[in-house]
Amino acid sequence: MTSHMKFPSPYELKAPKGAEGWEELYPYYLLFNDKIRAKEEGKFWFCDSQHWPSPFKPFDTITVEFAVKCLGQYNTRHYLIPPANGVDYRIHNGYCYMSPLAVAPENIAARVPQFMDRAGHYFQNWASLLDNWMVKVKANIADMEAIHFEPLPEVVPVEWVKEGVGLDNTYFMMESYDRAIQLLYKTWQYHFEFLNLGYAAYLDFFGFLKEQFPTIPDQAIAKMVQGVEVDLFRPDDELKKLSKLAVKLGVADALKIGTADEALARVATVAGGKEWLDAWKAAQDPWFNFTSGNGFYSTDKYWIEHLDIPLGYIRDYIAKLEKGETIDRPTEKIAAERDRITAEYAELLSDELRPVFEGKLGLARAVFPYVENHNFYIEHWSMSVFWRKMRELSAILHGQGFFENADDMFFLNRQEVRDALFDYGNAWAVGGEPIGPVYWPEVIAKRKSILATLATQPPQPALNNPPEVITEPFTIMLWGITSESIARWLDGGSDKSKLTGMAASPGIAEGRARVIRSADELDLIQEGEILVAPVTAPSWAPVFGKIRATVTDIGGMMSHAAIVCREYGLPAVTGTGNASSTIKNGQMLRVDGATGEVRIIG
Amino acid sequence: MTAANHNHYILAFDQASEADFPKMGGKCASLARMIAAGVAVPAGFAVLTDAYAEFLEISGLKSTLGAIIDRIEIGNVADEAMKAAAIREKICSTPLPSHIEAAIRSAYLEMSPSNDLPVAVRSSATAEDLPDASFAGQQDTYLWVTSADDVVKQVRACWASLFNARAISYRAKNNLGQLEVLMSVAVQKMVNAKAAGVAMTLDPINGDRTKIVIDSAFGLGEPVVSGEITPDNFVVEKVMMQVTKRRIAEKDHELVADRALRRTVDRVIEPERRTLPSLSDGEVIEVAKLAKSLERKMGCPQDVEWAIDADLPDGANLVALQSRPETVWSQKKAQAPAKTYAMGIEGVLGTLMSPLSAKN
Repeated sequence: MTSHMKFPSPYELKAPKGAEGWEELYPYYLLFNDKIRAKEEGKFWFCDSQHWPSPFKPFDTITVEFAVKCLGQYNTRHYLIPPANGVDYRIHNGYCYMSPLAVAPENIAARVPQFMDRAGHYFQNWASLLDNWMVKVKANIADMEAIHFEPLPEVVPVEWVKEGVGLDNTYFMMESYDRAIQLLYKTWQYHFEFLNLGYAAYLDFFGFLKEQFPTIPDQAIAKMVQGVEVDLFRPDDELKKLSKLAVKLGVADALKIGTADEALARVATVAGGKEWLDAWKAAQDPWFNFTSGNGFYSTDKYWIEHLDIPLGYIRDYIAKLEKGETIDRPTEKIAAERDRITAEYAELLSDELRPVFEGKLGLARAVFPYVENHNFYIEHWSMSVFWRKMRELSAILHGQGFFENADDMFFLNRQEVRDALFDYGNAWAVGGEPIGPVYWPEVIAKRKSILATLATQPPQPALNNPPEVITEPFTIMLWGITSESIARWLDGGSDKSKLTGMAASPGIAEGRARVIRSADELDLIQEGEILVAPVTAPSWAPVFGKIRATVTDIGGMMSHAAIVCREYGLPAVTGTGNASSTIKNGQMLRVDGATGEVRIIG
Repeated sequence: MTAANHNHYILAFDQASEADFPKMGGKCASLARMIAAGVAVPAGFAVLTDAYAEFLEISGLKSTLGAIIDRIEIGNVADEAMKAAAIREKICSTPLPSHIEAAIRSAYLEMSPSNDLPVAVRSSATAEDLPDASFAGQQDTYLWVTSADDVVKQVRACWASLFNARAISYRAKNNLGQLEVLMSVAVQKMVNAKAAGVAMTLDPINGDRTKIVIDSAFGLGEPVVSGEITPDNFVVEKVMMQVTKRRIAEKDHELVADRALRRTVDRVIEPERRTLPSLSDGEVIEVAKLAKSLERKMGCPQDVEWAIDADLPDGANLVALQSRPETVWSQKKAQAPAKTYAMGIEGVLGTLMSPLSAKN
């Protein structure tokens, strides 16, 4: 049966040599199980390298588990989306593969009244529910911030003894850990409270326009609903403000060289320096809870912990300002363009259809700010706090000799972390030695080697046989996967000098390719290059001032990369499938963001 | 240009107002309208219908031609063709009344004091360009006319073109008076086109008004208009102004101005240039913007002839030659919407049940 598969079967797709035993890094329920091979091979799985482009460290699977589980619960159990349950997911060779679960046709009708009642309530009360969401999410973040981990003391505090608390420090340490995990679980439940419905309303508007104007560019529709003042762009806007302030106060030169610590110390000594440092401090909470990654990896670096990153961007902006260039986002132009596009399409519709257009546009515009903004509150701010707390904990275990490196805890899965904490507390309580320091370093070394090996083999775009037509709404909405993109994946390789993907942001650009596999490589990008990456994160925004165009392997019209490129007026082609492995650094590219074509021209 | 209003025979395009349009014919009126709308067009003037009418009266042609016309056996193709040729020969060989000829000469010499400016002389009929009467046959165009003598000669040739056999037969069948149909003539500075063609502000294949479809070739646009060559074809999305399709044809000939010979020559295109696009993407967008602005100003879909003049600087080298209402799709009644659309959550539900790609 596998020989007839259009994409490989996971049961045939072996790990690269040297990565044997990778299965032990992940919980049993995330693996393709031999006992249900026929069932698993009967399903179509696509790789989600849009969100998870590199192999998971064991702890980091928490992001895919919580995110995709919570996505599912809203479809299946909260709103009863009539045709669609959640999305099943597995990890194979370190990468995650998704398979949406449809509702059996005979059960769809019965779900409709429940959907109308439940989802209808959200659409009718969107604004007030969303206000409440913001309160909940901020409270959740505050709860996470309140968690602190400290090494166990020599003895239980005497006050606890005298107050009759009757508990020790290990109890509170375990409780804090469990609480952090639970609060993250909450984060991801909240994440999907509005997202699925928001996308669905957007898709309704999108589908209506595609019916009226079959060849309307996707990006035209996106532009009609996109917001002008978007929280997701606030961090970058804050850097621009700080850059202008530095120039205005005459402290720009003091910022220009050295590490962030050195530059900030120097600024403190110059006139106007205090005012700038106050502004710099004020901007950090919350806007520096921002990562150049996508929030899904423990290795993602957040500005607030790596001040060199925002300072580097500020230096770039200062250089532009000193050359007399403008660095502001052209918000007025964006707003005017959005109004022009909307008016011109409305004009092309008949009098009967114009009210339909306006109605659907109204709903799409009402829901879209959530689609754009949630990213800051969840992936950036909430995840920033969560990862920071987990690093705090990892450093403590490292201090107790459990690990060789401060961040090694992430090579344990979250249940194993609990075991390690108990081991630590247990030894502390009995007055003996923990076993972890002699157990974990060896295990971690092996896991590191397995992960490094897994990373050498890029994921397959999909597994098994695709359905004839993709009709599953969430596959289309959230991942941008359509029958056409699958056809493209299968067709890859006929003409090596040409790649096609989604026309995500208009314009044509030529330039040298810079292939970037992780956020850490961002500083390699030179002025005028074309960024080629498996996937980009919106927080790469400041490098968008340097590049001419973006090409990604994965992502649809509404992918973060697409949104940010349209915002910055850069051509983008997303979802090419394999650009980052086909294109080599330094090759000359021609990117057409209106047709979705990328050519290697030299 | 600032040609004065010589008399009631001549009117510069940039001096015309709405009230003058009936006497200018469709083509001249459209040029005047374009100028009024701020669109760049090559300078020139109209030889008004009065010039033609008086020419017929004063020269006595009216009765001479009337006699021939009366004898045409309508429906007899051979006879129609023979008599038509005779009529045209009469018109071309009859001198103009001297004051009319003087008016034409002086208008041309005002444009070209040295009597050598290349101009195009085109018929501008009073009926042909109406949106609902798109019958052709009166499209005579004489390019590269470079002296007052020749301008006068070709003006007469344009008038004669009213009498091709098809037009005569059409008028007879529709009970239009053969000698009552009047004609104006456009005399317009020639464009030294490096590329030229046609732009329609809808897709002529399916009437899609979100598209601008451009046919383009090297050199002058006549071979594109007449269909003698296969042009490059570009499709531009009208709202987003993006080139969505490019089909580059193999172009082996181009009609170009030959300054030395003072005429247009059909030149073989050197092999390495044949498969190059006749317009850059930037130029395609400029042409599309021109067509879009004409559609906006004229209030209906347009069919625009345009050229890029090699003599003019980049950024100011695109000119419109003519713009007329598109006639095929504009006539069709808008179809009633085939379906009604659910709104709000019902709409969202419909989309979830049957997402877009399932409908394709």
